[in-house]
Amino acid sequence: MAITLKRWNRQALGAALLVAPLAIFVAVTFVAPLATMLVRSVYQPAVAEALPETLAALAEWDGGSLPDEETFRIAGAEFVALNERRALGSVATRVNRLESGMRSTLLGTARSLAAETPSASWRETMIAADADWGAIKSWLAIRRAGEVITPRYYLNALDLDRGGAGEIVVQPEDRRIYVSLLLRTLAISIAITGICLLLAYPLAWLLAHARPRRAGLLLLLVLVPFWTSLLVRTTSWIVLLQNQGVINDLLVTLGILAEQQRLALIYNMTGTIIAMVHVLLPFMILPLYSIMRAIPERHMQAAASLGASHWQALRRVYWPQSLPGVAAGSLLVFILSIGYYITPALVGGRTGQLISSMIAYHMEQSLNWGLAAALGGILLLLVGTLFFIYDRLVGVDRMRLSG
Amino acid sequence: MNQKTTTSTHIEFIDIAKTYDGGTMVLPGVNLAIGSGEFMTLLGPSGSGKTTCLMILAGFEMPTSGEIRVNGESVHKLPPQKRDMGMVFQNYALFPHMTVGQNLSFPLEVRGMAPEERARRVGRALEIVRLEGYGDRRPGQLSGGQQQRVAIARALVFEPGVVLMDEPLGALDRRLREELQLEIRSIQRELGVTMVYVTHDQQEAMTLSDRIAVFNEGRIQQAATPETLYEEPATEFVARFVGDNNLLRGVVRGVHGELCSVAVGDGLVEAFMVEPLAVGDSTVLAIRPERVALSPSIEYSNSVAAGVEDMVFQGDHWRIRVSVFGETDFFVKIPNFIGQGGILPGDQVRIGWTTIDCRALPASG
Repeated sequence: MAITLKRWNRQALGAALLVAPLAIFVAVTFVAPLATMLVRSVYQPAVAEALPETLAALAEWDGGSLPDEETFRIAGAEFVALNERRALGSVATRVNRLESGMRSTLLGTARSLAAETPSASWRETMIAADADWGAIKSWLAIRRAGEVITPRYYLNALDLDRGGAGEIVVQPEDRRIYVSLLLRTLAISIAITGICLLLAYPLAWLLAHARPRRAGLLLLLVLVPFWTSLLVRTTSWIVLLQNQGVINDLLVTLGILAEQQRLALIYNMTGTIIAMVHVLLPFMILPLYSIMRAIPERHMQAAASLGASHWQALRRVYWPQSLPGVAAGSLLVFILSIGYYITPALVGGRTGQLISSMIAYHMEQSLNWGLAAALGGILLLLVGTLFFIYDRLVGVDRMRLSG
Repeated sequence: MNQKTTTSTHIEFIDIAKTYDGGTMVLPGVNLAIGSGEFMTLLGPSGSGKTTCLMILAGFEMPTSGEIRVNGESVHKLPPQKRDMGMVFQNYALFPHMTVGQNLSFPLEVRGMAPEERARRVGRALEIVRLEGYGDRRPGQLSGGQQQRVAIARALVFEPGVVLMDEPLGALDRRLREELQLEIRSIQRELGVTMVYVTHDQQEAMTLSDRIAVFNEGRIQQAATPETLYEEPATEFVARFVGDNNLLRGVVRGVHGELCSVAVGDGLVEAFMVEPLAVGDSTVLAIRPERVALSPSIEYSNSVAAGVEDMVFQGDHWRIRVSVFGETDFFVKIPNFIGQGGILPGDQVRIGWTTIDCRALPASG
């Protein structure tokens, strides 16, 4: 007994050691950053840590009228102290995201208060320094920026905001961008998935049921683009699709289009869809192919012998059996396209951008990582929901990438 | 015994030839007529062309030349779904995503049959194969034997004129196979449907068939009732393939009427000629082991000395291997109620057989 236990322990230890490098790699490079980003989308302690006294004072404020003199004094003093430590800038940026103009208000007021400490009323001195301090919304912005756990990035990502009393309101029309972009991302992803399925299904059928030699050759043709650099493929599409590109030239030369009628095939949604269908097609073909290969050809013969026409046999016998492949391929292509970045960035122009471009923008340009994380979180939730639905309808355990 | 009076010809293969590459002929030219309500088995080793014949009949393969007639009408250009033939495949080919009931209902649905009529026929078909109450199961939940019963029911449910079976019992174990053989036979007799059945198992062919067509290398060697096939094999292949046989090679030395004398090794054997042979022809003599007697009495026209090599008790009989005419692979089957008569390996004995049980076949190759 002791010996078997010992042996079992050694086996378990061996297995753990074998898995360890990958587990550590995944934990460090994937799980940890993902978790950090998700935490960042709701947890923002910077302002709260910088302005503890101001926020404590504002916590008791009713929000209906201007804060009292005492609050002004505490806040003013804290702004000055922070500015001397050169820490006010980042706080000002964060408040500015909630109420534009507050960055200069905060920094300017801190400078003027440092130059001359108010002798009488802090309130009047600060309002005199900047009229924004006389507006309730400025103080509300500071109080909200000080929330440690905040839904505001998610609200932002869904084009929502909070009104004065903290109620959720829809952003003014000119500031709504994310929901429509998200919907466009979904629509483009669905279109790409649908087109991929239409193109891949007959081809996968041919691959699965052709003679081995021919099937091998066809499979090679499917895989060669797969092995080619993504950038090369995408730039080839630019060569083909641009206004003076191969396709337009051909159509004009053949007289199908007039010179002025050249099609806008790239730097728009069309370009994104064409290039991404091409890039993602193998991800649809391969699962379909391996599922279809496991469907016995005898089944089609059996259906025919039972009196079914080709169409009936295909619809009633073949299609249902290929569904796990259809579901696996569609799920794969949809999930890949919903978060795709490089291809739309290169050929998408203005109307062909996906939500990923916004995430990249907030990561690299505006440095609003909270919002980027929230957008990412929403995508993750979307994919998770889809996976859940798939599990309910087909069953994840039935998802086979091979037959 | 199994023979049935056939009323009219139902299916005809006329000079059916098939080649895949334009060179090698898989079927050089098959002619076969199958009667209405007949149980015809195509028997042969793998690669003998029997399955190709069935596939051509079913419409899954096109003959390179020749004609298939059903009830006198040429059908070899019709697609399978227009041929009205139920087919049972070796690996069942049940649709795994449908229940048993849906599988059976499928051929009725594609024919546009009303739901009540479909339900009635499905119920009846399940009854025939004794699977009442299994309609809602999936094929994956059934045993191999049950799945094959469903496949049989599916091939019968739309009442086709012909039912084709391609080694339907090949995947089952022996006991189940024997049980289903009897069932298939009684179903076929009961429904009176014409059956074309492919197998490589001669025992199975014997059990089931009214007639058996023995295939070898694309040719029909002999098409006859099981009894005729066993008692009167027409070729060396049939003699070898159907049942146990002792085959002795020899040369014809004399011919008298239907009989001939054949020199085998250093001996001379009297034999019955299956087809006319001339002096000097080489021949193969086929003698069933159970027709060979130990210590033969006077009416056995052939009586030779043999050395006992080996003997094995097999329950209902003793199987004794002897050497005769220099051949060491000659078997004698002695029923156990006679007993092995106290002989032992190494003993010298006399064995004998009647002329009529010794059939001189033309030597192949």
